[in-house]
Amino acid sequence: MKMKKNDLKGWLYLLPAILFLGVFMVYPLIDVLVYSFEEGYNSASQTYHGIGLYNYAYVLHDPYFLQAVRNTFLLVIITVPVSTGIALLISLGLNAIKPLRDLFQTIYFLPYVTNTLAVGLVFMILFKKTAYTDGLVNLMIQWFGGQSVDFIDGPYWAKMFVLCFYTVWVVMPFKILILTSALASVNPDYYSVARLDATPNWRIFTKITLPMISPMIFYLVITGFIGAFKAYSDAVALFGTDLNAAGMNTIVGYVYDMLYGNSGGYPSFASAAALILFVIVLTITCVNLLISKKHVYR
Amino acid sequence: MKIVLKNLTKVFPSRNKKEGGEVIAVNNFDFEIPDGKLIGLLGPSGCGKSTTLNLICGLEPPTSGQILFGDDDVTHLPPENRGVGLVFQNYALYPHLTVEENIMFPLQNLRGKDKLSKEEMRERMLKAARLVQIESLLERKPSEMSGGQQQRVAIARALVKMPRVLLLDEPLSNLDARLRLQTREEIRRIQQETGITTVFVTHDQDEAMSISDMIVVMKDGIIQQIGAPQEVYDDPANLFVAQFLGTPPINTFDGSVKDGLLYVGDKAILETPGVKDQPVSVAIRPEGFIPKAGGRFVSHLERVEVMGRDTSVVSTHPNSRNTFIRSIISANSKLVKDGSNVTFDLYPNKVFIFDAETGARIRFDLKDGE
Amino acid sequence: MNLDFKRVERNAAVRKRVFTGLDYCFLVLWAILVLFPFYWMVLSSLKSYSAYNSEYIPQFFTLNPTLSNYVDAFTAVPLARYFLNTIIYTVVTTGLMMVVIIPAAFAFARLEFKGKQLAFTIFLSLMMIPNELVIITNFVTITNLHLRNTFTGLILPSVTSVFYIYLLKENFEQIPDELYKAARVDGTTDFEYLTRVMIPISKPTLVTIVILKVIECWNSYVWPRLITDNPNYFLVSNGIQEIRENGFGRENIPAMMAAVVVISVPLIILFLVFHKKIMAGVSRGGLKG
Repeated sequence: MKMKKNDLKGWLYLLPAILFLGVFMVYPLIDVLVYSFEEGYNSASQTYHGIGLYNYAYVLHDPYFLQAVRNTFLLVIITVPVSTGIALLISLGLNAIKPLRDLFQTIYFLPYVTNTLAVGLVFMILFKKTAYTDGLVNLMIQWFGGQSVDFIDGPYWAKMFVLCFYTVWVVMPFKILILTSALASVNPDYYSVARLDATPNWRIFTKITLPMISPMIFYLVITGFIGAFKAYSDAVALFGTDLNAAGMNTIVGYVYDMLYGNSGGYPSFASAAALILFVIVLTITCVNLLISKKHVYR
Repeated sequence: MKIVLKNLTKVFPSRNKKEGGEVIAVNNFDFEIPDGKLIGLLGPSGCGKSTTLNLICGLEPPTSGQILFGDDDVTHLPPENRGVGLVFQNYALYPHLTVEENIMFPLQNLRGKDKLSKEEMRERMLKAARLVQIESLLERKPSEMSGGQQQRVAIARALVKMPRVLLLDEPLSNLDARLRLQTREEIRRIQQETGITTVFVTHDQDEAMSISDMIVVMKDGIIQQIGAPQEVYDDPANLFVAQFLGTPPINTFDGSVKDGLLYVGDKAILETPGVKDQPVSVAIRPEGFIPKAGGRFVSHLERVEVMGRDTSVVSTHPNSRNTFIRSIISANSKLVKDGSNVTFDLYPNKVFIFDAETGARIRFDLKDGE
Repeated sequence: MNLDFKRVERNAAVRKRVFTGLDYCFLVLWAILVLFPFYWMVLSSLKSYSAYNSEYIPQFFTLNPTLSNYVDAFTAVPLARYFLNTIIYTVVTTGLMMVVIIPAAFAFARLEFKGKQLAFTIFLSLMMIPNELVIITNFVTITNLHLRNTFTGLILPSVTSVFYIYLLKENFEQIPDELYKAARVDGTTDFEYLTRVMIPISKPTLVTIVILKVIECWNSYVWPRLITDNPNYFLVSNGIQEIRENGFGRENIPAMMAAVVVISVPLIILFLVFHKKIMAGVSRGGLKG
């Protein structure tokens, strides 16, 4: 009797969380699978006329989806290594100084707390070419004798460049923070010993620093891949809500467009696309974990 | 290689920024460490002994003064060019490398004409491993070894590059009591086999006394006394040194000297010829008490603790600065009781008196034969 | 010892100085890259519409700053409404979330009951489910419940976070068992123990969670965009997007920048006040969004 009362109490404390998670997470998880196999679902009448893989086939043949996949993969392949590399450089730089370190760290973290959409507008203005002005970035390109380009409505590579640039700018604070604290947590005695042993700097870096922080680097690479695959609001901030028209849609953007807006009303297609994305991310995360098992110390 | 410290001073800015000011970690050190000796730097925590070590190996630059290795002035030489081996308190073994890789690490740094072939490196590594007796553990990672084993690896890593000077920072403090005894003998053996000038830092006086050729007692960045361990114990330069060395610790009293006699309370306990009348601090080693009927030192008996070979007599005295007085007497000598009191005579060479203000030693002539 | 001491010493000193100099240059460069968009945003918001558009070559400063854009931002578009909506959304969501996650974390950390291990394993596995996957059904659910364009619809799906439950549980578990035993001996009930001992002790972590959630709410874009098409229920993120696409008639960039400044300022102030806490919380939690 006493046991029963205690059990009940435990579940009672969990009840609100279970309710919310059940309705808004577990049920949707099952439902999204169901949707993705229901062919010809009509959201107005809530009817469908068959079960099968048609939704997947449709999505995989949709040129907008293929464009989104291409954009997303490019974004991932460019931004993850670039941002991790630069963050590592900056963290090493921060670690080597004492005065002003806190100030720099605080400044570097600022983009983390800002609204992606709002600051994206500023980036758009900096890169955009209008009738009135070529924009600040183009002005600088001209200083160095280059040709001005419209980065927002211009050629594909230019748009991709801005998107990558902004994405890196946005993800940097987190990576710098994690790497700086990883570097700071390496016992300074290791460096003292290495110095006394006349270890050259590059050897200290490759043989001591890198192995010691390798778990954190891999953590950043994995979360970086996951985050970059889900890119969406950065693109909206730069190119507006109609990403398909701009040719800059991402997989997540495609999902939302299928769900809502001018091209919306197709939860089945959205579900299929979301599941495809999930499988891609899962596969890449597993591959990452396998690689990290081999190369990360501990 | 002898090491000479000349007027060496290290000042740190105070940690408390608001109050400002500075902390003098090492204050005007002046001493010479003879070639091939084992020196213990001894003092309570925060006395500047680790800073001294860091100055010698070059991890910290001195504020002023000079450091000489032999005849070379190394004061401003970067640590990597000094040829010192340092063993850290926590050993600082690279956790991702095996024992073998850890010991090889310093050798792989050698460049130019000092560069070694693979075979030579392995040869040197094995020699160092053999010296500290860990040749069977070469494939292990540091996390798979006991503290004592890690300690040996750390020493091997420091020795493998044949340093001119070996520095040990609290080498035994992370080991359990039994291992500590064993390892300190080991350190002594290795030091004598290699003949490398060795400096080690400790807060444990037993440790310093048992293996050093010479100890340096420090307090608040100032050297209190330098000498052979027994010398310092038998002839402390001031009250701090007397209190810091010896277990159980020395018994201290408020006292005074009047007409060549030393008084504790209203009783004269010892002749102190040649000392002018003044208030003093009196310190008596626990082994300085002789049970004797009608002895001049009388204290109130609390209890007797039998420790096998010796007997420890715990008593109280109104002028004692410690709660209890501890006297160690041999087990077969008989305690003399007078009511609830015990009476002792004192060995004059076990009684020290110090200036009540400064704590400086006041010497008096010992009568012959005592 | 055939080292030229003087040379070795000098080389080491020179190398160190050059390296430190380059290091600072690099760090300053990145700081400029980070801060410049903020500077440009404030600068542009202070230029008048005509001045901005007459600058073919953008100027790095302005001699005639004007606040008229800020007036426009609050009068020409319903920025104040977006602002208010976001505050309501943020406060209610964060508040509700604390009410949901604290008991859950307490149950996992402190109570013993049948099925706890299983429940916790399921909770943990939910952490790996991406939001993108469940948002589709949530969108349909909220639409079917006719909760589009309501605060209820905006708020409900984001009041639980498995991650924060986990973070809080870890923190609760660090409170020594002895305290709990002592409290039980004194006849304290579980609920009293939670409110009078655990919550006060865990205040730093709770504050961190609140701050992180506030940041998350303030910047959330996807869900508000999906679930609202009535500007009366827009939050700042989709509000700013609306302003960009349909506000201010012609592309009035200075006014837009004024709006951007206005919606960025609250979080920047929050950050400046709590930057130590926020950074510690993020590096411990290690998740964005």
